[in-house]
Amino acid sequence: MSSTTVDDRSTTVTPPKTRGAGRLKDGRQRSPVAMVVMLLLVLLWITPTLGLLVTSFRTRDAAATSGWWEALWAGGWTTTNYSRVIEQADLGTAFLNGILVAVPATIIPIMFAAFAAYAFTFMDFKGKDVLFIVIVAVMVVPIQAAFQPLLDVLGPRGLGISGQYLAVWLLHTGFGMPLCIYILRNYMSSLPFSIVESARIDGCSNFQIFWKLIAPMSMPAIAAFATLQFLWVWNDLLIAKLFLTNDNTTVIVKLQQLLGTQGQGAELLTAGAFISIVLPMIVFFVLQNFLVRGMTSGAVKG
Amino acid sequence: MTYSHSTPPVGGETAVDESDPRVDDASPEATVPSDYGLQPVKLLIGVLGVAATLWVMMNLFLAFAYHPEWFFDSKILMGTLGLVVGVGGAAVLFWFINVAIEALPRKLEHGLVPYAFLIPGFSLMALTLFYPTIQSIHYSFANRDSTEYVGLQNYRELFSEGAFWSAVLNNVLWIAIVPAVTVALGVVVAVLADKLSASSEKWAKSFIFMPMAISFVAASAIWLTTIYAYQPPGAAQTGALNAIVQQFGGTPQSWLSIDTARLNSLLLMVILVWLQTGFAMVLLSSAIKGVPEDTIEAARIDGASEWQIFWQVIIPQILGTIITVFITVVILVLKVFDIVYVLTNGRDNTNVIANMFFNEMFARGQAGRATAIVVILLIAVIPILIFQVKQFREQEATR
Repeated sequence: MSSTTVDDRSTTVTPPKTRGAGRLKDGRQRSPVAMVVMLLLVLLWITPTLGLLVTSFRTRDAAATSGWWEALWAGGWTTTNYSRVIEQADLGTAFLNGILVAVPATIIPIMFAAFAAYAFTFMDFKGKDVLFIVIVAVMVVPIQAAFQPLLDVLGPRGLGISGQYLAVWLLHTGFGMPLCIYILRNYMSSLPFSIVESARIDGCSNFQIFWKLIAPMSMPAIAAFATLQFLWVWNDLLIAKLFLTNDNTTVIVKLQQLLGTQGQGAELLTAGAFISIVLPMIVFFVLQNFLVRGMTSGAVKG
Repeated sequence: MTYSHSTPPVGGETAVDESDPRVDDASPEATVPSDYGLQPVKLLIGVLGVAATLWVMMNLFLAFAYHPEWFFDSKILMGTLGLVVGVGGAAVLFWFINVAIEALPRKLEHGLVPYAFLIPGFSLMALTLFYPTIQSIHYSFANRDSTEYVGLQNYRELFSEGAFWSAVLNNVLWIAIVPAVTVALGVVVAVLADKLSASSEKWAKSFIFMPMAISFVAASAIWLTTIYAYQPPGAAQTGALNAIVQQFGGTPQSWLSIDTARLNSLLLMVILVWLQTGFAMVLLSSAIKGVPEDTIEAARIDGASEWQIFWQVIIPQILGTIITVFITVVILVLKVFDIVYVLTNGRDNTNVIANMFFNEMFARGQAGRATAIVVILLIAVIPILIFQVKQFREQEATR
């Protein structure tokens, strides 16, 4: 964001005569090639999503007999796809399930990971390096490696919680833990160590230091992880498909089922797809800055 | 990063707790006001508190699964309670752990606090990652319901199947193409965006970044309906690709079933590139903005062209980020599943390892073969894992 401030300054300082047509506000050369190519790329990038949005508001017949780019003159607009998909595929319940799965699965891991990150950042202990390297390594391991035994542990042969929200909360908490510890530790180690030092001299316990000082100061990193994790849990297909019953399942699994029955429900598919995108899109546009920070501080996830 | 062993200066807590008889012991630590030595009552409270919290948390959580009627079968109530119990329970748990640890003599306390803070998080990882991964390796030597050892039979079976090698080949293609294309596009977008005005740059980047928020499944639905859709020749085409082909006099194709030169796999890859370019662009863009202006200026004064500046000044300075992004996409591609599963489910030679694994496990119930596939995937990950750990070590050294 520093570029904007530089911008403002140069507008006031630069004399008007140098601000010819070929220059940007901050005095850089205007680049027509960059403008044209970027415009094309942006169009290319948003076209498929726009096409889906258009198709989701068209009748089955219209969508099957004319391209979505012809919708403006070919017509055939309707909103019934949305009401029908919510009714037939039970997307309302699935949407609620998605929220009830994603919110706890986003927030619970933070509590556990934050304490671990605190220990990794502000304490010295035996095996610290090895344990942190375990975290780095586990982030690379594909989560598929855990599924078969987990189906046994959580399924009817074991705890018998497979199919319930609980199973999925537990799994996302565990799977999200390495990334969360990693992101939080990276952020915490940028905090001034002297704060912790002086709090210790004042006689604060580690619990107090964590709770009153470090946790509030780490909020940007916590929000960064939360944004990443929310998108990940909401958009997840594998875990939801394996560990949730049909009553408890998420929008993404419903959407996959609609894709499977392609042909009968093509018009429902588009509406369903758009419903599944709405919430993550809002999260994305509101929390974009946190998302970027989350990615730059810990890009990998098993 | 030294853990301070210094004791609080006198004055913080001057009054010696009278209720604690142990202070009378003439041990050297007892002269320090805040160290009470071992406090059995406090320790007991702490340990009992930890046990009680764990008991209550586990039972409450299990009650959601076993007795939903206790919660009036209300999903919203259970979801909210789950959040409260999970977060609140964790807080209470750590508080009691802290009480228990503080009750120990100061020296022991310092030694144990870090582990106490790590144990809950690591237990969760042990339950969901460490144990199952090791058990998967174990299962891969057993039969379809993991009741009897079969030695290397699962592996021998897989290695002798053409379908398996076809999936491996596809994975190799995905790895060879997707990360490179994603990084290249990411660099192009980042460089071009850098030349725009501040506000257009922000908007352009937002739009390219946006697919990050879209699930693989929704992205597949998007591309299937708007780009790859197929209608019989002569009819109005509803997919952009076939519309263009028909416009130029070609015959519309059912694109995702054409496996000549693995065209269908390539078309599936396009979807992943579309999703991931934004991610690459964001990281690369911040790296490009970090390239010092004076190095570029110096090259310009020396008479270097923009092209030379790009290749010889900018690229070498963002190489680290390029590698990071590349590796991240490789890891993602290695276990690519959703797109293949929902669009072709491996038909027409599009199968990949992760989809094969899913079908063996979920559709066919072949635990032995499924876990054998996973072990092969794990082995494929090892070089990347070593690289990541090395990279991390170097990073830490320069910290």
